[in-house]
Amino acid sequence: MATKPSLAVFKFASCDGCQLSLLDAEDELLAVAGAVDIAYFLEARTQQVGGPYDIGLVEGSITTPHDAERIQEIRKQCRFLVSIGACATAGGIQSLKNWADVNDFIHRVYAHPEYIKTLSTSTPIADHVKVDIELRGCPINKYQLVELITALVHGRKPRFPSYAVCVECKRRQVVCVAVAQGIACLGPVTQAGCGVICPAFNRDCYGCFGPKENSNPNSLVQHDAANGIPRDHLVRLLRNFNAGASEFRLASDHMERSVSQS
Amino acid sequence: MPANRTFEVKALSRVEGEGALYVKLKGDRVEHVELNIYEPPRFFESFLRGRAIHEVPDITARICGICPVAYQMSSCHALEKALGIATSPEIRSLRRLLYCGEWIESHVLHMFLLHAPDFLGYESGISMAADHREVVEKALRMKKLGNELLEVLGGRAIHPINVTVGGFYRAPNVGSLKKLIPDLEWGLGTAEEMLRLVATFEFPDLEMDYDCVSLKHHAEYPLNEGRIISTSGLDIEPEEYEGHFEEHHMPQSTALHSVKLPEGTSYLVGPLARVNLCSDQLFPQAKQAAESCGIAWPSRNNFHSIVARGIEVIHAFEEAIDIIRNYNAEPARSRAPYTPHPGTGCHATEAPRGLIWHRYRIGNDGLIAEAKIVPPTSQNQGQIENDLRAYVPRILGYDDAVATKKCEHMIRNYDPCISCSTHFLDLRIERT
Repeated sequence: MATKPSLAVFKFASCDGCQLSLLDAEDELLAVAGAVDIAYFLEARTQQVGGPYDIGLVEGSITTPHDAERIQEIRKQCRFLVSIGACATAGGIQSLKNWADVNDFIHRVYAHPEYIKTLSTSTPIADHVKVDIELRGCPINKYQLVELITALVHGRKPRFPSYAVCVECKRRQVVCVAVAQGIACLGPVTQAGCGVICPAFNRDCYGCFGPKENSNPNSLVQHDAANGIPRDHLVRLLRNFNAGASEFRLASDHMERSVSQS
Repeated sequence: MPANRTFEVKALSRVEGEGALYVKLKGDRVEHVELNIYEPPRFFESFLRGRAIHEVPDITARICGICPVAYQMSSCHALEKALGIATSPEIRSLRRLLYCGEWIESHVLHMFLLHAPDFLGYESGISMAADHREVVEKALRMKKLGNELLEVLGGRAIHPINVTVGGFYRAPNVGSLKKLIPDLEWGLGTAEEMLRLVATFEFPDLEMDYDCVSLKHHAEYPLNEGRIISTSGLDIEPEEYEGHFEEHHMPQSTALHSVKLPEGTSYLVGPLARVNLCSDQLFPQAKQAAESCGIAWPSRNNFHSIVARGIEVIHAFEEAIDIIRNYNAEPARSRAPYTPHPGTGCHATEAPRGLIWHRYRIGNDGLIAEAKIVPPTSQNQGQIENDLRAYVPRILGYDDAVATKKCEHMIRNYDPCISCSTHFLDLRIERT
């Protein structure tokens, strides 16, 4: 590329952790800042260069009427739009309100509900505009973010694993927590990318990176239930940071119906 | 300079999360100041209801990507009180070590990438690096060490996965912690060098009569435990918090404003409050640095907060090294077991940005029945507004662009963290 591509970072409902991942790439940050023109990144710099931008990174989910309009404008400004993290790709933990009465939620937190403007749902970016690439995780893996930016700068496709957490677990020779401890683990249906930290730390995978392609979480949790794991536990396990991802959502809804019938 | 002016900034930068500030001037008089937090609400307290106890630290971490440990620690301690379980001394010191890692990464990020550019006249740490590359590189390496502590102990830097009610899922390997010592020693030396640098910055003269509030512990610098004390003589257990502090919901904000009772006054939490109230508990090198940096403590100028952060970074490196030196065997049990039962527990810890308070009630079904979370920035909001009321009249002589920058600089003294949607910034100043 003759001139440096421009990069913009936008935030919607989120914890800031995914955009922080760029600042957490301590060894690469100054090199990235040299390779791309960081034109808009409020958390890191005051200078704001107007669009259009070559690369737009979008963190967070859509939860307010204003944000639903703002993402349309951002899409027009970005040649290449990347949603980063579970909020942007699946609606995030705040998508739990999709299962609740949002007015009840507001009343429980705020003394003056009339001051609060919110939609009844929290939805991923791709529900609103065309997204070119999704970067999974809660939070994203900073090395994947650096790989993404590097690939885009060089005009190639970024390389991300599409297999399940289990594959990495076996490669790292981590003892299977589902087998050894008899606990429910979302490793078989969750996309790799985290570095299998949870099983390596002796606990269950809780699905930060969301469902892997062609996964069948419904079958997994039915198997867990048949092995005696309480159904309400399994519903909750599927309903956290990627609760809104369709495979997890369908499986948790199905499991929940079986709780109410039992 | 015209008597009636308006200045406006669309979005405050170099803060975490999104919000706006509105200042209305009539001549030289500040008529109205309000922080408008437009960060969308995320309703954590609502959806924690019905969740299992072990899920709480995983969920509350997601309130903030910059200080997840603060939320995890506060949740765990509060729930342990509700369950009546005690953790071992080994767990206690490993938790302090984890918190040291978070203080290092959060403080260094704020000092050198977000706040130092204000003092040195740059729009960002990235631009600052062009002229001060060595400083920025050293800062990034220090920050990385904080993150490495979080990774070894917590599994990852953002949203650690190894924290649970009762302790840790897996105790850290002795060797992997010991291996960090030489780097942490470099960090300690560099933190001292960096403190000398930030102490030479030019600090605007804004003395305020702060009512500082922080935890205080008889034997240690406050992190995980202590009583809540204040400059004005408060000295209470975290259980008594709600009798002395109250949250108000303002129309302009998705964050709740906290005030101190009985008069409903503003107060200050964070590094300056802690150094003012607890400097006698600092580790020796941090204490020495505080005494020799040229600032008289207690300080009533929150522009000194960057120095207070620097002192706490020294402390965190010293304490981390001390804990690791004394960690010679993995504890036989990495967590205290528990059986869910009904109960209520509340607890306060010290997040990098200040006091954070949590209360949980566990219901008859063993699940969370009620949760209340008071983060540091909502407690500081009233004080930020009061600082602005005092500061704006002093900078009226500057043109709008410069005055606005100065206001933003002042706000960054607080390292405001507003993505918790109990959070906060766009700055608009209207002069009529």
